Formats: sequence, C-alpha cells, structure tokens
Amino acid sequence: MSLQEFWDYLVLGVMLGSLYAVIAIGYTLVYGVLQLINFAHSEVFMLGAYGSLIVLQLVNPGDNPTAVASIGFVALAMAGSALFGGVTAYGLEKVAYRPLRRRGAPRLIFLITAIGASFFLYNLAGKLFGRDPLPLPEMYDNHNVFTIFGAGVNITQLLQFATAVVMMIGLDLVVNRTKLGKGIRAVAQDAEVAGLMGVDIDKVISRTFIIGGVLGGVAGFLFANLNQVSYTMGFIPGITAFAAAVVGGIGNIRGAMFGGILIGIVETMTVPLLGDEWRSVSAMVVLILVLMFRPMGILGERVGRAA
Amino acid sequence: MSTTTELQKDAGTAGTSEETLLELESMRVFYGAIEAIKGIDLTVRKGEIVALLGGNGAGKTTTLRTISGMLQPRHGQVLYRGERIDGIKSHELVQFGIGHVPEGRRVFSTMTVRENLEMGAYRFSSVDSAEMDRVFTLFPRLAERRSQQAGTLSGGEQQMLAIGRALMGKPELLLLDEPSMGLAPLIVQQIFEIIEEINKQGTTVLLVEQNATQALGLANRGYVLETGEVAMSGPAADLLADSRIREAYLGEGAA
Ligand SMILES: Nc1ncnc2c1ncn2[C@@H]1O[C@H](COP(=O)(O)OP(=O)(O)OP(=O)(O)O)[C@@H](O)[C@H]1O
Ligand SMILES: [Mg+2]
Repeated sequence: MSLQEFWDYLVLGVMLGSLYAVIAIGYTLVYGVLQLINFAHSEVFMLGAYGSLIVLQLVNPGDNPTAVASIGFVALAMAGSALFGGVTAYGLEKVAYRPLRRRGAPRLIFLITAIGASFFLYNLAGKLFGRDPLPLPEMYDNHNVFTIFGAGVNITQLLQFATAVVMMIGLDLVVNRTKLGKGIRAVAQDAEVAGLMGVDIDKVISRTFIIGGVLGGVAGFLFANLNQVSYTMGFIPGITAFAAAVVGGIGNIRGAMFGGILIGIVETMTVPLLGDEWRSVSAMVVLILVLMFRPMGILGERVGRAA
Repeated sequence: MSTTTELQKDAGTAGTSEETLLELESMRVFYGAIEAIKGIDLTVRKGEIVALLGGNGAGKTTTLRTISGMLQPRHGQVLYRGERIDGIKSHELVQFGIGHVPEGRRVFSTMTVRENLEMGAYRFSSVDSAEMDRVFTLFPRLAERRSQQAGTLSGGEQQMLAIGRALMGKPELLLLDEPSMGLAPLIVQQIFEIIEEINKQGTTVLLVEQNATQALGLANRGYVLETGEVAMSGPAADLLADSRIREAYLGEGAA
C-alpha cells in the first residue's frame, strides 16, 4: 500500500466511520435508558433511506438541477429520512417495547421482541417497496470539491461527513445542555429516582427513541446516497454499528462516536490490505479483541453512563 | 374521588388547629403474594416531624415508596390534603409538593453536585437560584464541591446532596429514608440538626429511622412498625419513655 493509498483509505474510513458513529448512537442511547439492545434499529436506518427515496420520487429532481434547487432536494430528502426514522423508532417503542415494560417482562423477552420487530419491518418494507435495490434520484452533479492529504473528496462524501458531524455535535449539546438531555441521563442512571424528581420516564424514553431514530434515519439516507436503497440494507451496517457501540462502551455516547470512527477506519483499511471480502470480518475481529481485553468497551466505565 | 368523609374525620382528630397533610388509611402493600404492609394507619400534620421507626424489614421503606407512588397499595388509601393520591405516578406526585430522599441516597453519581441539584428542580421550568443558594447555605460542604462528580463525594456529603436535591423541588412534605445510615456519629448529628432546621423553615418531615433515640429526640410524634404493622404510636416523649422501645431499639440505636 502506497502512502497515497493509505491517505485515500483513511479519509474514506473516517467518513464511513462517521456514519457508523451516528447509527451506533441510536443503539447506545436506547441501551442507556432501557438496557435494551434495539436490534430493530437497523430497520429504522433502512426505513429512513426509503423516506428519502419516497420524497425524492415525489419532488423528482430531473436533470441538471441548479445549485439552489440541489440544496433544496438534499434538505427535503434528509427531512424525509428523519421523519421516517423518527416515526419508526417512536412506533417501535410504543407498540413493541412499552407494553413489555408495563408488564415488567424479563430482558430476554425484549431482545426477542427486538429481533422479531426487525424481521417484521424489513419484510414489510420488501412487500411495500419491492425487493429490488433502487438508487436515489440524483440531487446534484457530484464532483470533487477539495483534496485532503491528496485524497479527493466529492460532494456526496462531504455531505455525508459534514451531516454526521453536525448531528453528533447537536446530540452532544442536547444531552449535556438541555433539560431533556438531563432527563435522559437521569433515567439512564436511575430511572426510579429520576421519577421522584418529576421526570416523566415514559416521555423521556419515547423522546430518546425519536432522537435515535432521526439520527438513524438520516444515516440511512446518507448511506443510500453512496449505495442504493433496499429492504435488506439495514442488516450489515446495523450489526457493524452495534459492534461499534459495544467497542466504544455501550451506553456511552462519546464511546459510540469513537467506536464508529475506529471500526470505519479498520474496515476500510482492510480492503487494500486483505481484500474486500475481509471487510466485515475485520469489524468483528476488532469487537472480539476489545471484548477480550476491555469487556466494558474502550470508553465504557459502567452501565448507565450516557455521556 | 370522594374525600369529604376523610376530611371530616381529620377535623375530629387531635386538638391541634394544624391541618392534616398526609393520611394512610388501612394501607396494605404486597410484593407479589408477600404482604409487606398489613394495613397501617398513619397521619402527618402540617409542620410536624413524624418518626417512622422499626427494625430491618419492618416495612418502613415500603411505606415511603407507596406514599411517593413507586408502589401501589392493594387495599386502603393514601390521602394528601384529603385527596387520594394512590394510583398517581411518582413523577406527577412531585407536583403535589412531596419530596423523597430515598434509602441509600441514590445521587446521580456521574453528574456534578450542581447538576444533581438542578435535577431536584426538574419539575419547575427553570432552576431557582435562590433555592440553590439556600441549599448551599444549609450545606456549605456542597457549595465547595459544586463542580465535583457526585459519585466521588463521601457518604455524608452524598446524603447532604440527596437531601439538598429533594429540597430543590420545594417540597411541602419531605420523606427521609434512613438519612443516618452508615454515617459517623458526628455527621449524623449534623444531618439531624439540618433536618430540624429544614422543619423550622416550614417543611413537614416524615423521617424513617432505625436510630430511634435520635429520631424521637427530633420528632413530635412517632410510629413503630413491626413486620408491616403499627406496633406502637404516640407523642415522641411517650415513646422515648416506653420500656418496650428502650428494650427493642435503644441497644440497636447506639450501634
Ligand atoms: N422488591 C421486593 N420484593 C419482594 N419483597 C420485598 C421487596 N422489597 C422489600 N421486600 C420485603 O418487604 C418487607 C419490608 O421491606 P422494607 O424494605 O420496606 O423494610 P425496611 O423497614 O425499610 O427495612 P430496612 O430498615 O432494612 O431498610 C421485607 O420483608 C422485605 O423482604
Ligand atoms: Mg428501608
């Protein structure tokens, strides 16, 4: 691998990693408040991508849109994905998890429900939207906008990375600076005492799902913009992002960000070194190594820490 | 919710002009099939300090948790200012002015002292800085450590923080669950003085303690729970003088 190749893949890795980070936050947030691995989060991601596809098919960008129109199309597609992601996550909590919580169901039941909800959602999507992968309609003329370490970065990549970073900063601010964020952290640490302080636990959990869902949905759009939209698209990125959340320390938001970037880099670097077929394997190897030496994850201290 | 009959009954009790804040009526609480509280009656009037005593497993914590909505009674009722509050969730109950310092402190350990106090004021749209100043005046040690993570505080400081956090919600009635647990005698002394001070400033207190002498020294009245039933109750001075109390608790209280 030449030095230039190294830089090229590193830049790609960080960008892919930023997407994993955003998805991983969804897992980690929900884990923080419910101690639940929401395996259906990969379907939130997938449906977010369909949200952007549906919006773009409705507005139909056509050929060679102007720059202003392009920005508009991107914004609309993003809004569509955020809406689909948020609504899906909200619905999941309301329909699938809340009734279990009311009955005080054991952890395992939650996990099985999550997996069941995941199967249900992606089969439903296959039925509703068809089983053939579809590309997103072109929203802008993609070309390189700048180079970093000699690696060219095009609009799609820039959009992906910049959006991911903005969402992460926004989330960090919400969690650490707002009242809702304080409620989320309190529920993550001790839900019962949070209730004694006047925190409406149901509301906080519901909003946490919505926040994770919006992030996951927009990540779905950004991912589809690089690849395609399909009803099975959630599975691999979902599992990889989950691994990232665990690597960073599940329940820890900054850990999820860190784990996402790390796994993105490792995965991408594997391609020139070992070949494309080793990509997903490498992510799992990182997971196993981290779990062997630091079972609580790299930034993880103890369960219940949300920031 | 018909509460008129209860109100009339309150008016009949005691000779004081003080109004009844809290009333438990034949309250029974279960954990599954296990009956932890076997029908207790208890009254707290405005301005009082009432001690709720009893050994391990007597049902003191269960009683407090039921009052603040974490558990529901299976029979009987909980009345606050004559209104039924059993069945109301704890986060809504805070709006009634009931504060609860839980057993074992349970501060938010990865939040700072300041953030913990802000959490106490969660029910308000904004944090009242005058109230926070009041808490810092009551507990100067917290003021010095306001930016410190709560998990790194000493046990006594955590207890002060737990009390301060509850005060931030401006409670009319404060439920305290064994604030002296695991603390050195000197710190216990301080905590009790502060409880007295809080009461003087107008907060009614229901104090759960195993430390019977000290609690009764502070309280107007007391109840003694034994395996989920009220074994004795009455003015604190009478209970202190009672030989059964002396036998059952004074030995323990000194430990
Ligand atoms: N979650 C629970 N599930 C089942 N039983 C419980 C539960 N919590 C408490 N109990 C039982 O209810 C009874 C009363 O417990 P409680 O915690 O109210 O006692 P306590 O008076 O506060 O004791 P301590 O002074 O040790 O704190 C005990 O027999 C206890 O074993
Ligand atoms: Mg107890």
